[in-house]
Amino acid sequence: MTLPVRRFCALLLIVALVPASANDRLLLATAANFKPAMEELAAAFRAQHPDVSIEPVYASTGKLAAQIRKGAPFDLFFAADMQTPQELVQEGLAAAPVRVYARGRLVIWRAAGDAASLALADLADPRFTRIAIANPRHAPYGARAVEALTAAGVWTLVQPRLVYGENIGQTAQFVHSGNAQVGIIALSQAREPELAQRGSYALIDDALHAPLDQGYVVMRRAADRPAAARFTALLATVAARRIIERHGYTVPPAALE
Amino acid sequence: MFSEADWIALRLTLQLAAIVTLLLLVLATPLAWWLARTRSWWSRPVAALVALPLVLPPTVLGFYLLVALGPEGPLGRITEALGLGLLPFTFPGLVVASLIYSLPFVVQPLRAAFEGIDEATLEEAAALGAGALDRFFSVVLPLSRHGIAAGGVLGFVHTIGEFGVVLMIGGSIPGETRVVSVQIYDHVEAFDYAQAHGLSALLLALSFGALLLLYTLNPRLRSV
Repeated sequence: MTLPVRRFCALLLIVALVPASANDRLLLATAANFKPAMEELAAAFRAQHPDVSIEPVYASTGKLAAQIRKGAPFDLFFAADMQTPQELVQEGLAAAPVRVYARGRLVIWRAAGDAASLALADLADPRFTRIAIANPRHAPYGARAVEALTAAGVWTLVQPRLVYGENIGQTAQFVHSGNAQVGIIALSQAREPELAQRGSYALIDDALHAPLDQGYVVMRRAADRPAAARFTALLATVAARRIIERHGYTVPPAALE
Repeated sequence: MFSEADWIALRLTLQLAAIVTLLLLVLATPLAWWLARTRSWWSRPVAALVALPLVLPPTVLGFYLLVALGPEGPLGRITEALGLGLLPFTFPGLVVASLIYSLPFVVQPLRAAFEGIDEATLEEAAALGAGALDRFFSVVLPLSRHGIAAGGVLGFVHTIGEFGVVLMIGGSIPGETRVVSVQIYDHVEAFDYAQAHGLSALLLALSFGALLLLYTLNPRLRSV
């Protein structure tokens, strides 16, 4: 081997062998829609507990649950629904109870034009040729959007013009890029600076769909870990509640006690 | 074993792969010929550009396509001005995306085949009075048939297996953009593992069969 090749291999070896931090580590499996709020919660936790390295991992609830079932080393699971963490409790992978940490809201969002005066019934207007919602088969926000459209009496008119985002984030991107004129996304997303700068939203009456309650559980493997208890204690504080609410969720009063 | 939605996705996928493969064979042939024969410095950036989809994450390609083909993107403005409308969430949009995504899989074997043709053979044909086009169709193409077959098969199976780009620009519309790979993904996400298994096994068998055919027809294939 020539010298540069040897040096390169040596470098690769060093990179490969450096341990990736062995401290007290807390891995939080987090539904992707909660990412902005979780980043702030994690930062607040780091400020209080610099000795614990806290790492949120973001993906769809279904993917995270599948990973947990295959032995992924998560300590807490923040799902986008209640059912998935409850199933994990029944399967013995998580320690009861499942607690609500946030309740989501649906909004009609547009990148161009004013959305504030839009109601669900307006989506029947043929000028909206593409309407984006999250895939109702596996994304909770998509399933609730279908319920709301049905309750508003416009489902059959809107359905042929729907495009389906793989998750609620992609749904927002379809509208943000202008490829769909309007979309049904989460309030938490519409509040994000990137979207808030570009578009406007109208809240959808939450009486039109089942509640978008998001529940968390402590995994069985972390049930006795003090670091996990410290994070759930942080969630119960007023400061944490303010962070979650600022990101467009409501926090049911009894949830975090 | 397959639901009606599965069959629709299968038919759509095969249709997409067939159209893309035919178009690619037509488009990639002059490009591969030029790359194989030119001494221009420009062949390097062009070859790098053609090969980009081999190394780029499909999500990068899909993201840029979605932006470029959107109402404010340069390509979207062109398609709207031409009266074609916007391409994302449409079958023609998937064809365009797949052309880009599968291009290197057709160009590389074609280029290798063209490079293998001896300059002397072409000169002899010219001496016998064959014009440039005649030489190409009656000498180059017959001599490159293995490369063309390889490019066609690879382009076809690669388009069938395409997922990331379609996910980004397709919008999962049944019968229009919900291809088999997206259908499998939806099955998995909805915990419908039995359905996912059926379609996945079919794709696996199809891809293996196509590659086996390729290597059986052409055991000396080294270029892919």
